[in-house]
Amino acid sequence: MKNYSIYAARVTPPVEGFAPGHRACIGCGEALAVRLATKAAGENIIVANATGCMEVVSTQLPASAWRMPWIHTLFENTAAVASGVESALKVLERKGRRPAKGTKVIAMAGDGGTSDIGLQALSGALERYHDLLYICFDNEAYMNTGIQRSSSTPFGASTTTSPAGKKSIGQRTWKKNMPAIAVAHNIPYVATACHSYPFDMMDKVKKGLAVNGPAYIHVLSVCPTGWRSAPDLSVRLGRLAVESGVFPLYEVEDGKYKLTVDISPLRPVQDYLSTQGRFRHLSDDMVKEIQARVTKEYKLLKEKCA
Amino acid sequence: MGKKVGMEVSLAIAEAAKMANTDVVAAYPITPQTHIVERLAELVANGELDAEYIPVESEHSAMSACLGAVATGARTFTATAGQGLELMHEVLYVASAMRLPVIMSVANRALSAPLNVWGDQSDLMAVRDTGWIQIICENGQDAYDNTLCAFRIGEDKRVLLPVMVHVDGFYLTHVIEPIEIPEQDKVNHFLPPFSYPLPLDPDKPLTMGAFAPPILFSEAKKAQEVNLRAAKPIILECWAEFAKIFGRQYKPIEQYRTEGAKILLLTLGSFGETAMAAVDKLRDAGQSVGLLKLRLWRPFPFEELRQTVSGAELLIVVDRALSFGGPGGPAFSEIRSALYSEKKRPRILGFVGGLGGRDLMVAEFEGMVKRALEMKPSGAEQEFEMYGVRE
Repeated sequence: MKNYSIYAARVTPPVEGFAPGHRACIGCGEALAVRLATKAAGENIIVANATGCMEVVSTQLPASAWRMPWIHTLFENTAAVASGVESALKVLERKGRRPAKGTKVIAMAGDGGTSDIGLQALSGALERYHDLLYICFDNEAYMNTGIQRSSSTPFGASTTTSPAGKKSIGQRTWKKNMPAIAVAHNIPYVATACHSYPFDMMDKVKKGLAVNGPAYIHVLSVCPTGWRSAPDLSVRLGRLAVESGVFPLYEVEDGKYKLTVDISPLRPVQDYLSTQGRFRHLSDDMVKEIQARVTKEYKLLKEKCA
Repeated sequence: MGKKVGMEVSLAIAEAAKMANTDVVAAYPITPQTHIVERLAELVANGELDAEYIPVESEHSAMSACLGAVATGARTFTATAGQGLELMHEVLYVASAMRLPVIMSVANRALSAPLNVWGDQSDLMAVRDTGWIQIICENGQDAYDNTLCAFRIGEDKRVLLPVMVHVDGFYLTHVIEPIEIPEQDKVNHFLPPFSYPLPLDPDKPLTMGAFAPPILFSEAKKAQEVNLRAAKPIILECWAEFAKIFGRQYKPIEQYRTEGAKILLLTLGSFGETAMAAVDKLRDAGQSVGLLKLRLWRPFPFEELRQTVSGAELLIVVDRALSFGGPGGPAFSEIRSALYSEKKRPRILGFVGGLGGRDLMVAEFEGMVKRALEMKPSGAEQEFEMYGVRE
């Protein structure tokens, strides 16, 4: 985009909730996504963060990269901690012990903390209808502990616990559809997003915070370390994921689906897969299988959006 | 004077949490704790308590939600038992280490397997090292009073630690006892409003729960240890103040007919009431027997223990939990360890009994004294027995 720095300053909030100087890897898509999310959210927020990459790279005592009130306790309980914060704000404001200034609560976790170990606490928080925004930063494996597979790891990806080998194709299962699980809770707002589409993502964070009730945003976060991709390709990889239909960007408002970035025609998935070391072992047949699945799911999604 | 009413102990505990003006309750149902949180839910539903009741999907989330609520500055209460306490286990450590004063009733219950919902203190002993202040109640009045005290102790700015108030499941939670419920204004006078010094607040951002590398972790743990030990005088101060206002004095170790006693029984929780009856009978029969009842479990009352056993020749510790393959019941082994360095100490024997809701009656306590006098004087295996078990 021409003159982006001049233009961006006018449409992007100058606030930086996530300070520089943290220890995320070079090219970390998740750090970029967190920065965008906190920019969009503004200063009147409280963040509950799960154990994971972001917590570890940003808070080693005595330093912190967080410029808002921020709490980390454990791995699987972030949605529950956020529930407690939200309930406390509600009762303390009602009793006049805190000024009613519309403070919003954001829970953040990775894909392991969301789709695996934290799924129960998340489901509980969504079902109880707490007024909070939950953001899953999905880098598609347990990157913090050394690239182990999660239920969010895509089919065919080689990880340290789903390694490709003579008798293994890598991850044998298809990525768990977390946004659909969130939608099934009948909450007012669900969306997918990616740091490679910053304005789309920031809009969704704002929408998620504005609704009265729980909101869920699932953010694809490119991880050069775990995906075995070049760090300077992180933004491009996010774009390729969307352009190939592997990770479509959509939102679901009160149950109504809408594509926010509608790509037609889709690029071949090979364009996305070929720059990542985690897929380098894939045979042509497997790429075909992935292509068929992506094409089919994108079609189903389009039907839902119609 | 307050009103003395016949009340189920669970309801009395809920009444204490209500009179403390609890802001947030997050709880999950588990027997035998359910009556406490059912009653709180009812009080909130009726508008008698202005609080947020979070009906969480597990005990792990119950304690996690409590952490978030306290960190935001809300007075927070929960209750659990047995398996529920175990499911919370890792969260318990976080509450104490992050100085988040959650107040919790534990309706002590056996741990599976086999599944057993009845009372024992296996759950209590499993959370011994979580860094919480732990008070073990003997009867319903004790449970009501110490639930109130727990708020004042835990939330004291010199303490800021979570507090567990243990009540034996069914033996206490499900019995109706005469309980004196004080006037609300006296409670308000005793218990100041909660003001957490550093709550989560966008106007004063702070990071809570950052991780500590090896170079800082030990210092953090040392600070926690110093802090928990330093809570003891404040607990005593609270009990003294409680006695002044409400007329009942609590102590870390209660003594019953210990004057000149050569033999001492030591119990935890509701065993105390039964053991008192046994002591009466034995005293009447001319035996020199007294009773110690341990109320303050953490921080452990070393001084009081040493003082109260100093004149005895035999100390019989009765545990309601087992340490498999270990040195005897958990309380027995702690007490023996606490007295090891004493020049003059009684011989210490342990019994484990009353597991999973098995009743130990007055006759059994008398039997334990008789059996202890028969036990051989040396060898570890002769110092501890499971009592009343069919072979």
